[in-house]
Amino acid sequence: MLATALSDLWYGFGVALEPQNLMWCFVGVLVGNMVGVLPGMGPLATISILLPLTFGIKPVGAILMLSGVFYGAQYGGAICSILLNLPCHPPHAVTCLDGFPLTKQGRGGAALGVTVISSFVGASWGITEMIFLAPLLVRVALEFGPSEICSLMLLGLLAGSTLARGSPLKGVAMTLVGLLLGIVGTDIETGTPRFTFGIQSLYDGVELVGLALGLFGIAEFMKSVNQFSDINTRYSNVKIRDLRPSRDELRRSIPAMFRGTLIGSLCSLIPGTGPTIASFISYAAEKKVSKTPEKFGTGMIEGVACPEAATHSSVQGDFIPTMSLGIPGDAVMALILGALMIQGIVPGPRLISEHPDIFWGLVASFWIGNIILVVLNVPLIGFWVKLLMIPYKYLYPSALFFVAIGVYSTNNDMFQVGETVAVGLLGYLLLLLDFHPAPILLGFVLGPRFEENFRRALLISRGDILVFVRHPISAFFLLLCAILILAQIYVRLRKPKALATADAPSAGIGQLIPGHNEAE
Amino acid sequence: MEGLLKKKDFYAGLAMVLLGAGVTLNSTTYNLGTLMHMGPGMFPFILGILLTFVGILIFISGLMTPLEGDERILPESMEWRGWACILAGPLMFILFGEFFGMIAATFMCVFVSALGDRTATLRGSALLAACITVGGAFLFSYVLKVPFPLFRWGF
Repeated sequence: MLATALSDLWYGFGVALEPQNLMWCFVGVLVGNMVGVLPGMGPLATISILLPLTFGIKPVGAILMLSGVFYGAQYGGAICSILLNLPCHPPHAVTCLDGFPLTKQGRGGAALGVTVISSFVGASWGITEMIFLAPLLVRVALEFGPSEICSLMLLGLLAGSTLARGSPLKGVAMTLVGLLLGIVGTDIETGTPRFTFGIQSLYDGVELVGLALGLFGIAEFMKSVNQFSDINTRYSNVKIRDLRPSRDELRRSIPAMFRGTLIGSLCSLIPGTGPTIASFISYAAEKKVSKTPEKFGTGMIEGVACPEAATHSSVQGDFIPTMSLGIPGDAVMALILGALMIQGIVPGPRLISEHPDIFWGLVASFWIGNIILVVLNVPLIGFWVKLLMIPYKYLYPSALFFVAIGVYSTNNDMFQVGETVAVGLLGYLLLLLDFHPAPILLGFVLGPRFEENFRRALLISRGDILVFVRHPISAFFLLLCAILILAQIYVRLRKPKALATADAPSAGIGQLIPGHNEAE
Repeated sequence: MEGLLKKKDFYAGLAMVLLGAGVTLNSTTYNLGTLMHMGPGMFPFILGILLTFVGILIFISGLMTPLEGDERILPESMEWRGWACILAGPLMFILFGEFFGMIAATFMCVFVSALGDRTATLRGSALLAACITVGGAFLFSYVLKVPFPLFRWGF
């Protein structure tokens, strides 16, 4: 197994090192790093803006670039958290707790240095995991029939909507809304237009780019406008030589790094628990094992190393279910999956064998991308810090232009720009009612395949709804769904108090920064 | 019970119930079919019922939790100007794009949305819009060749 994995990986490096793919990977991580640093811009909006621009390039290059934006943004997000105390990206919100005190003590550079090291360690582990785990999962998943796929998707959707932050009920509601949005358009089996209200442009369905940019672009800007007026850039003067952590700091952060990596990789295996949850759990765990838990929050280097490693190993691990089963765990993965589908590639267990160039190229590009990121972040730290100072009032109007032209260029259709504005307004209203829009995207991307398999499963079983329980694998997934729901109910009914305190850190961050969207 | 009208969950549940019920009713206008041969209406019908049910649950959970003192539906500061400008920007893009082409569309989109910031000035916004227009026209028209004429007179 090791030999095949290594030869596949070797092949992947061949793909990823082709000049064109290498260039796209570089562009991706560069843009990602940039938007990660900028307060108020997220990888979700950026990936959706770039998505229409990738229609012209080959699938491999497109996926390498879009994924690069995602993990590149994680490197940038840490800079923003540590130097400005702005948790612009939810996964890095906990990094603020100890990162900013370190900055105030003048050790911000060292914190950034440790971040880069732990990011690389975490990411490397995540990638290794992907190399070995994804083919294993595929071997199991190839046996799946429509009923198994259906139950697995149900599990993915349930986990994605209830384990993310916020009320699980509202998450489920959003998933349903997403599934319904996926229905709009012509029914694939009968050709009946559904929920199109006679509008010609809706016959092809709601546009993924428009939906994503409405929810994570326009709605987000409406939430953040006029909220970033007084950003404190007093401490953000960091030079390369400041990056080197002292020997003591390094000694303390290395074990924390490995603990974080472990937690992150475990979290990435459970669908729905992305990098954000991984970083929160790892911070709490690190505090538990520490000999001096009371010092956390005052600038402990472990409190930076552990969550950062967890975030990165979980970010890379997130790709495992997406690429091997075709089931995305969060909104970013849903978007990447959508990008694959736009390129005409059917996601699912056959992806690795049918498009080895995409899968192994992607795995190899992760490593190349992470090395590029380390190289970008160490010598260019001064540049990224300068970038922090761009005021939001210049940022969002420019971004709105990119939103408008991005949506327009998907189909050269002005109607879709209007559709995006409408989605944005509705998305903002949903945000006001405490709904988190991320599950909408999940439901939207999985919806059509879910319906197709649901219909097929029932056709094969001659209309017997119990087919989902009769097939053992499918029954197992449904059992997991039931356990998930019961556990949620149990936790809510048993101790609402404890839960309230557990939610407190995330709630606090919600107040700390108005512009962040829980989705990322 | 009192203060129900101040709760987010009240409106959230209500919105989901209305949406779910609307979808369920609307989906009966398509052919439902049987479980074995499902028509186009069946899947939305099921989803609509589920959504209504979840909406009711959200509503009930809103009834059960006591009203928090600081619960508010609208954000603390009402950014009418910001919201209006952000929504108007892309709409300007549509309007000016339809009739005058990419240059005018880009300029108006950025200019109008930039005015949404409280500290924005007419001059600063126009300057920003001009920069983005030059860069955007170069990137999208010249490099990426998006089929969108720089100028047009489309009445």
